[in-house]
Amino acid sequence: MSAHAAGLDHAHDDHGHHHHKETFVTKYIFSTDHKMISKQYLITGLIMGIIGIAMSLLFRLQLAWPDHKFTIYEVLLGDWGKDGVMDPNVYLALITIHGTIMVFFVLTAGLSGTFSNLLIPLQIGARDMASGFLNMISYWLFFLSSIIMVLSLFVESGPAAAGWTIYPPLSALPNSISSSGMGMTLWLVSMAIFIASSLLGSLNYIVTVLNLRTKGMTMTRLPLTIWAFFVTAIIGVVSFPVLLSAALMLIMDRSFGTSFFLSDIYIGGEVLHNSGGSPVLFEHLFWFLGHPEVYIVLLPALGITSEIIATNSRKPIFGYRAMVASILAIAFLSTIVWGHHMFISGMNPFLGSVFTFTTLLIAIPSAVKAFNYITTLWKGNLQFNPAMLFSIGLVSTFISGGLTGIILGDSTLDINVHDTYFVVAHFHLVMGISALYGLFAGVYHWFPKMFEGKMMNKNLGYVHFWVTVIGAYGIFFPMHFIGMAGLPRRYYTNTAFPYFDDLSDVNVAITIFALITGAAQLVFLYNFIHSMFYGKKGPKNPWKSNTLEWTAEVKHIHGNWDGPIPEVHRWAYDYSKLNKDESDYVIPGQDFAPQHIPLQDNEEEMNH
Amino acid sequence: MTGLLALIVVILFVVTIWQMSKIFKLSQLKGNSENGQIANDKDNRVNGKLMIMFLIFMYFITIYCFWNYSKFYLPEASSEHGSSYDTLMFISLALIMVVQVITQALLHYFAYKYQGKKGNRALFYADNDKLEFIWTIIPVVVLAGLIIYGLFTWSDIMNFEEEEDAIVVELYAKRFAWEARYAGEDNILGNANVRFIEGANTVGVDMSDQDAMDDVITSELHLPVGRQVIFKLRSQDVLHSAYMPHFRAQMNVVPGMITQFSFTPSKTTAEIRETQYMKDKMQVIKEIRREKNKKSLADGNGEIDEYNEFDYYLLCNKICGASHYNMQMKIVVETQEEYDAWMAQQKTFGKSIAANNE
Repeated sequence: MSAHAAGLDHAHDDHGHHHHKETFVTKYIFSTDHKMISKQYLITGLIMGIIGIAMSLLFRLQLAWPDHKFTIYEVLLGDWGKDGVMDPNVYLALITIHGTIMVFFVLTAGLSGTFSNLLIPLQIGARDMASGFLNMISYWLFFLSSIIMVLSLFVESGPAAAGWTIYPPLSALPNSISSSGMGMTLWLVSMAIFIASSLLGSLNYIVTVLNLRTKGMTMTRLPLTIWAFFVTAIIGVVSFPVLLSAALMLIMDRSFGTSFFLSDIYIGGEVLHNSGGSPVLFEHLFWFLGHPEVYIVLLPALGITSEIIATNSRKPIFGYRAMVASILAIAFLSTIVWGHHMFISGMNPFLGSVFTFTTLLIAIPSAVKAFNYITTLWKGNLQFNPAMLFSIGLVSTFISGGLTGIILGDSTLDINVHDTYFVVAHFHLVMGISALYGLFAGVYHWFPKMFEGKMMNKNLGYVHFWVTVIGAYGIFFPMHFIGMAGLPRRYYTNTAFPYFDDLSDVNVAITIFALITGAAQLVFLYNFIHSMFYGKKGPKNPWKSNTLEWTAEVKHIHGNWDGPIPEVHRWAYDYSKLNKDESDYVIPGQDFAPQHIPLQDNEEEMNH
Repeated sequence: MTGLLALIVVILFVVTIWQMSKIFKLSQLKGNSENGQIANDKDNRVNGKLMIMFLIFMYFITIYCFWNYSKFYLPEASSEHGSSYDTLMFISLALIMVVQVITQALLHYFAYKYQGKKGNRALFYADNDKLEFIWTIIPVVVLAGLIIYGLFTWSDIMNFEEEEDAIVVELYAKRFAWEARYAGEDNILGNANVRFIEGANTVGVDMSDQDAMDDVITSELHLPVGRQVIFKLRSQDVLHSAYMPHFRAQMNVVPGMITQFSFTPSKTTAEIRETQYMKDKMQVIKEIRREKNKKSLADGNGEIDEYNEFDYYLLCNKICGASHYNMQMKIVVETQEEYDAWMAQQKTFGKSIAANNE
C-alpha cells in the first residue's frame, strides 16, 4: 500500500510545480480541490444553520407567548402568520424543517462534510481525495438537495410538517395535512439526493483513508479525527441506503398506490383501499438510519474534540487505543439500538428488552471517552483558545445529555417520558449542542488552514463561547423538568387546556435563553465573515500542533505540499514528551514533536 | 413576570453589545503581532476562572431547577405498576445526578487548575491500563444492575397476566378525538374495522358480530378503581399515541393493527383531588387563570374557561395534524358502585344503532 502511495507521490510532485490556469469557475464553483469543497460544505451548512436556528426561534416565541401576536410572524411567514398569529400547520412545518435541516444539512453535511474533506487528505498526507471528481459531485448533490429543501418552504400548501421523522400515514396522506402533498414530495426528493451525496462522500472518505496514507502513517498512527471520520463514513454507508429505501417505499405509497406502510385507514370520509402495510415497518427502517445518524453527527465532533483537547492541553490524548476501540464499539452498537425509539410503538415487548440491553451497553464506551477526555486535561498546560473552550463545552454537554440517555434507554422509564420535552432536552444536549460545539471548535481551530493563514478573532470567540454555553444550558436544563411534568413535544400551544398553565413561566425563560443564545451566534457570524476577508495572518502552525496539515503550504495549492509529501515517523500525540534523561523535551525547547519528525537520538520509542 | 424577564433580556443585550464593542476595540489595539489571536497567559487565566464560575452556574441552575421545578413532577402514580416506575425513576435520577455532579466538577476544576502558563510543563501521560479498566468496569456493573432492574419492571408491566375481573376497553383514536368502547356484559369486544364505518356506526363495528351488540361506546373514559383494565388501541387514520401520564401509561395507536396496554388504577379522581399535591397545583393554576382572565377581558377577548377541579386525562402524543395539541379525553376513576351506576346510564351499541334506525 505504501509503495503505491509513494508511486503516486512522484506523479503528483511534477504536477505540484506547474500550476494549471484556473478560472473563477474551476476555482470557486466546480472545484475538485478538497480544500475548496470543504469550504463550500461549510458555507452551505452555515447558511442552512441560520435558517434552521431562525425557525427554532420562531416556534420558541410561539411556545412562550401563545396568546401574543407577533408581527414578525406576518413578516416572515406571510399568510401563515396573518395578523401575527401563527398557523398551527406552520408551527408543525417549522419544527419539521428545523429538525431536518439541523440534523442532516448542518450537522451531517456541514460538520462531517466540511472536516472530512478538509482534514482527511491533509492529516494522512495525501495530495487530495481518492476521487476529486466524485467529491465535487457529492458537494453539488448536497447543494441541489439544500436548494430543493429551501424551495419547499415556498410551496403554497406548505412544507413537510409530519415531524422530521415523517411517520406515515400522516406523511403519506395529503388529506390528513395539506403539507403532505407537494411539500412532502419535495422533502423526499431532497432527502433522496442528499443520501446520494452522502454516500458518494462517504465512499470517497473510506477509500482515501485506506489507500492514500503517506509513508509511515499506519492505522495506529492516525489522528483520532481521521479515525472518527473514517468510522462515521462506514456507518453512513451501512445505514443511509436503508433510509433511501424507506423514502422510495413511501414515495410509492404516496404516488403509486402501494401499501407498504398503509392499512385500514378511513380519512376524509372514505376508506382507503390500502391494506396489509404497517407504519411500524417504516419506523424500523427510519430508525435503522435514524439512530446511527446520531453517531454520524456526533463522532466527527468527538474526533475533532480529541485532537483539539490534546493539542491545547499540550498532552497526548489519554488512552489512544481505548479511544479508537470506543469509536469502533459505539459504531457497532449504534446499528443495533434503533428500537429504543420504538419501545411503545406496538412492537413486541421482548424486542424492547433486547434494545434496552444494547442501548445501555453504549453507555460504556461513551463513559470511557468522557473519562479519557477528563484525564487528558489532568496535569496539562491548557491553552484556552476558543476551539479548546468549545471542546471542553462539548465534553460537558456530552456528559449531561448522555446521562439522561440512561433514563430514555430504559424501556420502562421511556413509557412516561417518551415524546415529551424530556426527550427534546436529551437529544438537543447530547447530539445537537455537542455536535454544534464540535463544529465551532473545528472552525476556530482550522480556520487558518481553510483561509490561508488568516485567524479568527479570539476575543469575539470567547464572547461567543461563554454566552452560548450559558444559554444552551439555560434552554435545555429546565426543559427536562417540563418533560417530567408530562408535557408532550410538538404541541402548538400548551394552553389548550389548563393543566399545564403553571409551566408557562418555564417556557418563557427557555425562550429568553434561546433568543440570547441565538443573538450570540451573530457574533460568530460576524467574526467568521470579517476574519475571512480581514483576518490577521498567524504563524504557519498557530496551535503548535503535531498533525501533518500544519506542514502543508499555507497558501492553497493543488496537491497541498509544494515539495514531496512528508513521511510519518511517529503518532500524532507526542506533546510534552521528554528525552531519556528527562532534562528537556525530545526536541529541545519545543514541547511538541510533529509526526514528520524522525525519532531523536535521545528519545525512547513507545508503543501506543 | 414576563415584563421583568423582558427587561432583563434587554439589559443583558445592551451589556453584551457594550462589552463586545469594548472587547473589539481592545483586540484591535493588541492584535498586531503574529501571535495576537493565540491564547496567552492572560487569556488562560481569565478563561480558567470562568470555567470555575461556569461550574458554579451549572450547580446553581441545577439546584434552582430542582428547588423550583421539582413540584412539576407528576404526582405519585395513580396506577399499581406506577409506584415501581417511580422508584426506578428515582434511583436512575439519583444515580445520574451523582455522576453529573462529580464528572462536571472534575472537568471544570481540571480546566481551572491546569490553566496554561508559559514555562509550565505538561505531564506526558499517554495511557494506563488499570485506570481504563476501572472506568470500564464501573459503568458495566452499575448498568448491569440498572438493566436487570429495569427489565424486570418492564416485563411486569408489558407481559401482564389477565386477571379474572379485568375490564377490556378499546381506545379508538381519530383526528382529533378519542372514543372508548367497553366490551359490555360478555366482556368480549365485537370485531371492528374502519371498513365498517357507516352512518351512526362511527367506529366501524362489525354489525354482524353478536359480541358487538352489548359494546358501549363513550367519549369519556370511566374506570373503576382497583380493577385491571386492558386497553386495546385502534386508530382510524394516522398514528396516535395514548398517553396517560398520571398512570405512567403510554402506547402508540397504529392504523392496521391493534396494540395493547394494561394497568390497574389505584386512586380515584376524588382521592387525587384531595391530595396536598393537587390542591397546591390547583391553587397555582387558578391564580394564573384569574390573571389571564383579567387580561383577556381587558383585551376584549371574552372570558376564558374556568378550571376548578382536576380530572385525569388522556393526551395524544404522536403528531397527527393541525389540532394534535388539543386531542384529549377526560378520564374518571371512581368506585365500583359509581362506575356501575355510570355504566347503567350508557346505551349499548346495539340499542343506539336501533334507536338511530327508527
